Amino acid sequence: MTSSSILSIVTFIYGLAAFLYLAAWVFKKPPAGQTAVWVSLAGLAGNLAGIALRWRESYQMGIGHAPLSNLYESLIFFACVLTLIYLVIDRRTGSHVIGVFTAPLAFLAMAYASLSPQVSNRIEPLIPALKSNWLIAHVITCFIGYSAFAVAFGLSIMYLIKNREAAAAQGGVLAARLPETAVLDELTHRMILFGFLFLTAGIITGAVWANSAWGKYWSWDPKETWSLITWFIYATLLHARLMRGWHGKRIAVLSLIGFTAVLFTYFGVNLLPGLHSYGAPG
Amino acid sequence: MGQPADANGPLKSIWSFFASVKLTVVLLLTLAATSVFGTLIPQMGSPDRYVAIYGAFTYRLFALLDLFDMYHSWWFELLLLLLAANIVICSVDRLSSVWKIVFVKKPRFKLSQFQKLSTRAQFAAKQDADRLKSAYGPYFAKHFHYSRIEPHEKGFCVFAEKGRWTRLGVYIVHLSVILLLIGGLVGSLLGFDGFVNVGEGVTVDRIRLRSSKGIQPLDFAIRCDDFTVTFYKSGAPKEYRSTLTILEKGRPVMKKDILVNHPLNYRGINIYQASYGTLAPQKFQLRFQDKASKMVFKKQAVIGRTIELPESRGSLLITKYSATASFRGHAIGEALVGRLTLKGHAPQPILLPLRFPSFDKMRGGAMVIAVDSYDPRYYTGLQVTRDPGVPIVYAGFIIIIAGCFITFFLSHQRICVQVIPKGKGAVVTVMGTSNKNKIGMPQKVSQLAKKLAKLKL
Repeated sequence: MTSSSILSIVTFIYGLAAFLYLAAWVFKKPPAGQTAVWVSLAGLAGNLAGIALRWRESYQMGIGHAPLSNLYESLIFFACVLTLIYLVIDRRTGSHVIGVFTAPLAFLAMAYASLSPQVSNRIEPLIPALKSNWLIAHVITCFIGYSAFAVAFGLSIMYLIKNREAAAAQGGVLAARLPETAVLDELTHRMILFGFLFLTAGIITGAVWANSAWGKYWSWDPKETWSLITWFIYATLLHARLMRGWHGKRIAVLSLIGFTAVLFTYFGVNLLPGLHSYGAPG
Repeated sequence: MGQPADANGPLKSIWSFFASVKLTVVLLLTLAATSVFGTLIPQMGSPDRYVAIYGAFTYRLFALLDLFDMYHSWWFELLLLLLAANIVICSVDRLSSVWKIVFVKKPRFKLSQFQKLSTRAQFAAKQDADRLKSAYGPYFAKHFHYSRIEPHEKGFCVFAEKGRWTRLGVYIVHLSVILLLIGGLVGSLLGFDGFVNVGEGVTVDRIRLRSSKGIQPLDFAIRCDDFTVTFYKSGAPKEYRSTLTILEKGRPVMKKDILVNHPLNYRGINIYQASYGTLAPQKFQLRFQDKASKMVFKKQAVIGRTIELPESRGSLLITKYSATASFRGHAIGEALVGRLTLKGHAPQPILLPLRFPSFDKMRGGAMVIAVDSYDPRYYTGLQVTRDPGVPIVYAGFIIIIAGCFITFFLSHQRICVQVIPKGKGAVVTVMGTSNKNKIGMPQKVSQLAKKLAKLKL
């Protein structure tokens, strides 16, 4: 079995997990939620196995390199870290409902990687610019950051749903099954702190790498600039919260804006000319 | 708090303007929003291209706003300067009060403040207060940065704390941002960024700057001994390799192969593999075939040097190589242009296309001349930079990571353990507070209570 076929199956496992989470939430079936956690774990195991196998396959082809070198590989790694972070939070909080808002993101990332004709799943040899030990450090730190922001995004959506229902005072059943706003607010904040640390590390490893490859640690390439824009937005959020006491809705909205910037840094920049063309579809 | 004591009105208001976090939020969002322009508008392009894309009016408007090199424009640099001022003044303004908390000999603890907290855990100890006191003293001395025991009513209180220094984390982050900005400034003032194309076998001692397009002389010379490019089967590039020799006053002092990601550093100047290209070849293997005897002769020809024809038939001079030659109006691609002097005849022009080896048959001579092969010649494109700001920036990188970690994940925790005698034993209440991560504190307090309850006495 090839890594690509394992990862295609993982796509459907994540899809099933997302469906089970949703069913457990909407129909209030806690067993489905518990099953969804096991399905997610199975998906994560398959995801990790797929990545490991892909790594091995690249060595068998004689072009061995870590599977972190193009859009396909980054998407499967993103889904993997996203699921892992969710499972840790699930374990810590004991709340499966968070999976309703994170499992679909993992599913979408995998589906885009596996199904989109624009995303090639071929294992390609590394071009000279990517032949660096910084590749692994840069991609891993960036994607841990992106995944943490994705989880924060899911939590913020939950916060806004819960908050709106609470304001309308109609006591919607679905909102009632979400964690308390204070818990969501705190979790969002924690995820953003975590993501911010890794985004910072990702920008730095990228800068050090750029300095060894091109002789400049910063050249205002669109992807670099967008990662900095993302950094500015989350830095704003942290200052607003820690120094001006912003909480709840305003932080949730800033978190949504921040994640939009993450998505643009990840995908949108490929529409613009620049140095990071290896992350583009094709 | 931290304002100069003799500050008068305007100074004070300038100070408080820069000390405000509102300004930070506005500056960060403005930087984020304006940075978007530079990613949508191609930077540092040629005016002709801009006019073609945007039209003359928009071009002039954008040029006026420096949008074509916006990250080096006066207004973007002003924003960065304002941010730096904001960070420094904010930090100084708040640091003085934090300093007093962090560097205090005898921290203040008030039981009444702890008693207001809901974060608490309680258990009944079988031992009396005196025994507990002799056990708790060493325990807290070992596990906390600071602790002291104060008598209280019939029992006692232990006050302990740790992580006081973590309150400085945010100032470490701010310092690192200032270091990054200073490093960038040092680089732009004292460094340079240029490039040079060096043909194989050629030596250069000056480079062209990217920003000003001026010339930067170097204290040494760079010779390109060899350049090779290899490809994967798919046609994607595999490796670019330049063999360089550094020469000081004509004497070679260093020889190194550079690749992408593996630059050469010599006396603070970095040389990177950036690009490559082909040069007109200079050496050719020519093939001569006698029409009558079918004998084949091979000879090497170099541009500008006359060679003797085989069988003493005369001489041939290749005058130049043309990448886009034409013959009677037809493009024939790469070709050598030369002068053929047959014995007893006047010199005549000759054209030898690389792609058509039988082309020379048309001349109708006794010997057909063709280009058999040639050595491709490359030039290597080198990025040559000097940036004395890099160590400062890297120092900033290290401490920003450390600072973020301290600020986000470590906290200043203060604990109070109240012991009140009850019967033969005592009631122990653990109360705690932290400046950050308040949600995790109840767990820490209950864990501490469990540990104290299990403490061997």
